[in-house]
This record gives sequence, structure tokens and C-alpha cells, in this order.
Amino acid sequence: MDLLRSANREQIARRRKIDFCLHLLFAAATSVGVVALCALLIDILIDGIGRLRPELFEHFPSRRADRAGMKSAIVGSMYMLGIMLPISFMLGVGAAIWLEEYAGRGRLTRLIRLNIRTLAGVPSIVYGILGLTLFVRMLMLHRSLLAGAFTMTILVLPIIIVAAQEALRAVPKSRREAAYALGANKWQTVSRAVLPSALPGILTGVILAMSRAIGETAPLIMIGALTYVAFLPKSVLDPFTVMPIQIFNWMSRPQPEFHELAAAGILVLLALLLLMNFAAILLRNKYSKQI
Amino acid sequence: MNVERLRTGQAVGATGPKPKRARAAGARAFRNGRRSVMNRLMPVLLGLCASVSIITSVGIVYTLVSETIFFFRDVPIVEFLTGTRWSPLFEPKSFGILPLLAGTLLITVIACAVAMPVGLASAIYLSEYAPRRMRNVVKPILEVLAGVPTIVYGYFALSFMTPIVRAIFPETGIFNALSAGIVVGIMIIPMVTSLSEDAMNAVPKSLRDGAYALGATRFESALKIVLPAALSGIVASFVLAFSRAVGETMIVTVAAGATPNLTVNPLESIQTMTAYIVQVSLGDTQRGSIEYGSIFAVGTALFVITLLLNLLAQYVAGKFREEY
Repeated sequence: MDLLRSANREQIARRRKIDFCLHLLFAAATSVGVVALCALLIDILIDGIGRLRPELFEHFPSRRADRAGMKSAIVGSMYMLGIMLPISFMLGVGAAIWLEEYAGRGRLTRLIRLNIRTLAGVPSIVYGILGLTLFVRMLMLHRSLLAGAFTMTILVLPIIIVAAQEALRAVPKSRREAAYALGANKWQTVSRAVLPSALPGILTGVILAMSRAIGETAPLIMIGALTYVAFLPKSVLDPFTVMPIQIFNWMSRPQPEFHELAAAGILVLLALLLLMNFAAILLRNKYSKQI
Repeated sequence: MNVERLRTGQAVGATGPKPKRARAAGARAFRNGRRSVMNRLMPVLLGLCASVSIITSVGIVYTLVSETIFFFRDVPIVEFLTGTRWSPLFEPKSFGILPLLAGTLLITVIACAVAMPVGLASAIYLSEYAPRRMRNVVKPILEVLAGVPTIVYGYFALSFMTPIVRAIFPETGIFNALSAGIVVGIMIIPMVTSLSEDAMNAVPKSLRDGAYALGATRFESALKIVLPAALSGIVASFVLAFSRAVGETMIVTVAAGATPNLTVNPLESIQTMTAYIVQVSLGDTQRGSIEYGSIFAVGTALFVITLLLNLLAQYVAGKFREEY
């Protein structure tokens, strides 16, 4: 009896020990992501902080690293976002409203839902191929700001649609019923009762989609956003460049000075992304308090 | 329809004394002439917005297929699928996709070897072990990691990972599959973690409580109860991460090199399908040339692979989901 009990106690101790060891192992695995992020930030800070000078924002790209800046890239990114934002907002939110409020449960709706989920998994470079054929060649927009903005709009649409759908679904049914009870018709209900309370959630999704767009490189290389642009686009049909492409261009040069410039450019890009994420988190917190 | 019926009746809120603002809002809601036009017009407009997603899919397939057919007039499809040499820019030209496919697979396997164990272990930690405060710190960090642009990861691979790899294996070149693959793996860790954790969180607490009541340790409950119950979600997250690694472009363009190379040695320079597409579009290729067509052929292969993987992930997630 005693022997049995002590064997049992030993077994329990062993199992506890295994549990403890794996607890440590799992915690260590979790820290891999955190450590990687820290390493990435520190690596880029060390390389880039020295080049983070006013020239970076005021100068156009140049063959001489001392004079090079990314003014045209920063402005190009901003213009592109400015064109994308209203188009993708309207298309994305419109599609989400249709799917959540109007569409039935039929086969067509299921097909569109599956389609959107599948589109979200298509590699971004394939969107670049589509943009190259559709906007650059067929619609004859050439390598313009407009072609870039359209391509990126299509790329981020699934993200916005899914986020907006979730936000709309979170609006309690009672709000809709209250509006109907007051005699509102369907569109009045959607536009005045449902949409306002879903808006913070939708905006969070839109901001995240924009932060995806601002860091995306491959599709814009495909549609031929230039790597050397020493002017600001004057119309939407002018050639342009964006921050990630300028960074890529600097990275591909052999001289170490340009690598420092690339790191400085990355710092600007990351700062901008952080700002956008911060805005999204603020909105989300406000949203979660409201309901 | 019941809405229409409701609309014909008197305003519900219009009886009895009401605050001024509410009455004004009510009056606005019931002036219906222009509004009913909107009511009829908007579903059509919104439906058009939703159809953009269908048009996009059709556009992608049409674009890829139509140009790929042109390409296959010059290059036999059998040679494309089974050829072991890819040299589109130098004579004699040869278009066998296997080296690009092997390069893509090599990167993906390395990335998965990094991301799957680490991602799954962090998911177990976050859902089974971590106190709430820990989760609230770690999850936003993983979200930030997921939001870092891939070009930034490319820089990280080249300036941080490659020197480390070269310090361990001195014969390695500047461009090699290993450092690119590891960084792609780091990139997809958040995806594996968050999707797997969602799946494990969906397992009801009562199952864990049952395991604890039988005397299981946390690890035993995680391994024998939670993991099997969440398996479909976890497998789906693996498949999605795999597909993401296949489609990853900038990291491999920057750090893995541009040599189509049929090899399994991770220390060599290789080229992936995505990196090839970028390489060609950076140069001056004439429309209608065979190189131009090859982008579409490679793009089609890429699209088909990722599409199948995504459909597989959705099938796995839906089919084998346990309902509680």
C-alpha cells in the first residue's frame, strides 16, 4: 500500500515537472515574436537614425546619398491613399451593407462570401498582374497614380468588406427594430440607425486596410511605379513613386550609405504605420465602450 | 414588406407631448417622397458594390488565362511543367518552372519549420497558460508584427539575419534561401498564433474543467483535450500560413537572390516564382514578348497553388469543426 502511494506520488511529481518544463518552453516560444520585433526595430534604428534628417523629407531622390531624400515618395504615398480612401470606403462598405442587410441566404450570396474570403488570400503580386493588364494596358492609364490607386483599392477591398461586415453584424437587432417601429423604411433604417453605430468598427477596418496599402510594394512594382521620380505628380495621370518602392530602390544599391537611407525611410514608414494603428486602437476602444 | 405596412400607419412617436428634438426627427423620418426613391435605388447600388468582388475574380482569372494561352503557343505546356531549367533572359532560352517551384517550396518549408512550432506553442501558451494581463500585452505586439510591411522584413533579412547565417555557415553567399526563409517564418508566426489561438479559445471551458477534475495537468489537458478539439482550426491556420509563405514576394526578392536553382540546399541562392515576376517587371520587357508572357504563366501557377491551399483551409476549417 505504502509502495503504491509513493509510486503514485512520484508519478504526480514527474507529471508536474513535465508541465512546468513545457510551460517554460511555451513561454519561450511566445517570446520569439516579441524578441524578433525588438531585434528588427533596434537593427533598423541603429542603421537609420543617423540619416533621419530634414533632407530626407525635403529632397528628391538623387544619385548622391548625401543629397537624396524621399519627398516624392512620401507625397506619392499620400496622394495614393487620398485617391484610394473614398473609393475603397464606398465600394467596401457598400458591398458589406448589401451582404449583411439586403442579400438573402441564397446561393449567389454564399458564392460572393466565399469569393471575398478567397480574394483575401490571393498573393498581392497577382493583384499587380491584374492591375498591369486591366488599368495600365486596357484602360490606358499607363504608369499613373490613378492606375496604382485603383490596383491598391482592389487589393484592400476584401479587408474592408470583412471588417465592415463584422461591424454591421455587431449592431444589435433591437436598433433596427426600433427604427422600423418608428416607421422608417429599409434604407432609412440602414443609413440612420445601423450605419452610425457600426461606423467606428468600419473605420477601424478601413484604417487597417490603408496601413496595409501604404506598406505594399510588389503590386506597385508590377504596374510600374517608378523607382526614380524627381518631381511631384501634378495630376492623377502622372507617374509616381511610393515610400516602399523608394526604400526597395535604396536597398538594391550596393553602397552602404544607401542602405542607411533605406533604414531611415523604413523608420518614417513605421512611424506612419504606428500612428495609423494607434488611431485604429483608439477607435476600437471607443467602440467597445459604446455598446 | 412589413416595413411598407408600418410606414402607412401613423407615426408611433407622434402621439402625446414629445420633446422638440424627437418630434423634429420623427417629422424628418416620415417625409417619404424622396426617401422611397432612395429606398428603391440603394439596394441596386449596394449590389453593384458587392459585384466588384466577383468582377475582380473574373478579371484575375481572365487576365491570367488569356495571356498564359499566348505563352503556351511558344512554349509547350509539358516543357513548362516538367523542364528543369529556367533561363528566360539568356540564350538558349528555357522555360521549365521546376527550379522556381523548388525555390518557392524551399522557402516555404523553412518558413513553416520556423512558424508552425513557434506559432502553435505560443497559441497554447496564450490560450492555456498565460494570465489575462500577459495576453493583453502579447497579443497587440503580435498584431504589430503582423502589420510590418514585407519590405521592412526584407531589410531585416538582409541586414540582420544574413550576417548571422553567414557567421554560422561561413561558405554561405549574401543571398541565400535560409535567411529569407527564416524571416518569412517570423512574418507568418502571428498568423499561425492568432488563428490557432482562436480555435483553441472556441473549445468550451467545461472540457478543460473535466480534464482538471480527473487530475490532468495543464499540459495534459492542452495536449489531450484542447488540441484534438481545436485540430481543424489549427490545421487550417497551418495551411493558410503555408499559402501566405508561397505568395510572399518582397522578402525573397531582397534576400534570397535571383538564381533559378533546382536545389534543396538552403545555403544557396535561389529564385521563387514571386521574385521572378518582380525581376521581369523591374526590367524593360516588351509587351507580347515571350518574357512578358512568362510572367503570366508563372502568375497563373502561383494563383492556382494559393487558391487550392486557401480552399483546402476553408474546407478543413468547415468540415472537421467539432460542434459543442
